Amino acid sequence: MVEIAEGCALAGLPPMVRLVVQGRPAALDAAAASLGLDAPPPMLRVASGVGGSALRLGPFELLILPTLEGRAGLDAALAPVPHSLVEVSDRNVGFLLEGARAADILAGLCPLDFALSSFPVGMVTRTLLDKAGAMIWRTDAHSFHVEVWRSFGPYVEAQMREVAKGISFSLLTV
Amino acid sequence: MLLIDCPYCGPRAEIEFAYGGEAHIARPAADVSEVEWSAFLYLRDNTKGVLAERWRHSHGCGRFFNALRDTRTDQFHAFYEIGTPRPDMGGAV
Repeated sequence: MVEIAEGCALAGLPPMVRLVVQGRPAALDAAAASLGLDAPPPMLRVASGVGGSALRLGPFELLILPTLEGRAGLDAALAPVPHSLVEVSDRNVGFLLEGARAADILAGLCPLDFALSSFPVGMVTRTLLDKAGAMIWRTDAHSFHVEVWRSFGPYVEAQMREVAKGISFSLLTV
Repeated sequence: MLLIDCPYCGPRAEIEFAYGGEAHIARPAADVSEVEWSAFLYLRDNTKGVLAERWRHSHGCGRFFNALRDTRTDQFHAFYEIGTPRPDMGGAV
C-alpha cells in the first residue's frame, strides 16, 4: 500500500482469475449454485460463497472471481445450460483503494454518488473513471476494489494520484 | 448533462451511455424492393416533439433500452425495456 493522500492508500492487486458468465437466468442460477450461493445476487450487488464471489454487472451477466476449487466446479455446473463463459483474467488489472478519503478520490473522477447510503458496501457497478471504463466494488465502508482494462491501468492510477494531490493540497493549513 | 434512468441500473450520467437512434424500426423481410430497403436503412422521421429512441448503457450494464424524449426540451418522459411497446403517454405530452 502506498499512501497517496492523508487517509487514503492505493495498492495494485495481485493477478487473479476472472470469468464472465453471460446467459439467461438458468445459466446465472447454475453459476451461482456452483459457487455455493442460493441465487445470483441482484443487479449491482456482490454475493460471496465458498467457491468465490459473483458480481452482478448486468441483468444477464456475472463476473466471477472464483477460488481454485470454485473454478473447477464452474465448467461442470454450466455444461447442461446454454451460456457463454469467458476468462478475462489478463484483460483487467485491479486496484485496492483504502482509507477515509477513498470515496473522495473516486468522486473526483466519476459522477456517481459514493455516499454509503447510495453506494452501500457490497455494491458493484461498471462506470467511467475519468475517460476509462472501470468497475468499482465497495468491499467495505472505506475500501474499494477498482478494476480497469490493463492498458488503462497506468492512466487511471495517475488520475487517482492527481486527485489525491488536490485533496492533500486542500488539507494544507497555511 | 442529461440524467438517464437505465431500467436496469437506475439514474446515471449521460457520459455512460451511447445513443442508438430512433426506436421501433422493424427490419423488413429480405425480399423487399431496394426502395423499401433504403427507407429502412436511411429514412427517419426527424421528430420535433416526443421521440422514442434507443440508448445503450455502454459503460454500465451494456444493455440497450428505449426512452421517450422530447427533442425540443430534452426532457425524458419514460424509459422502458427493448421489446416492450411504446408507453402510452395519454394526453400528458
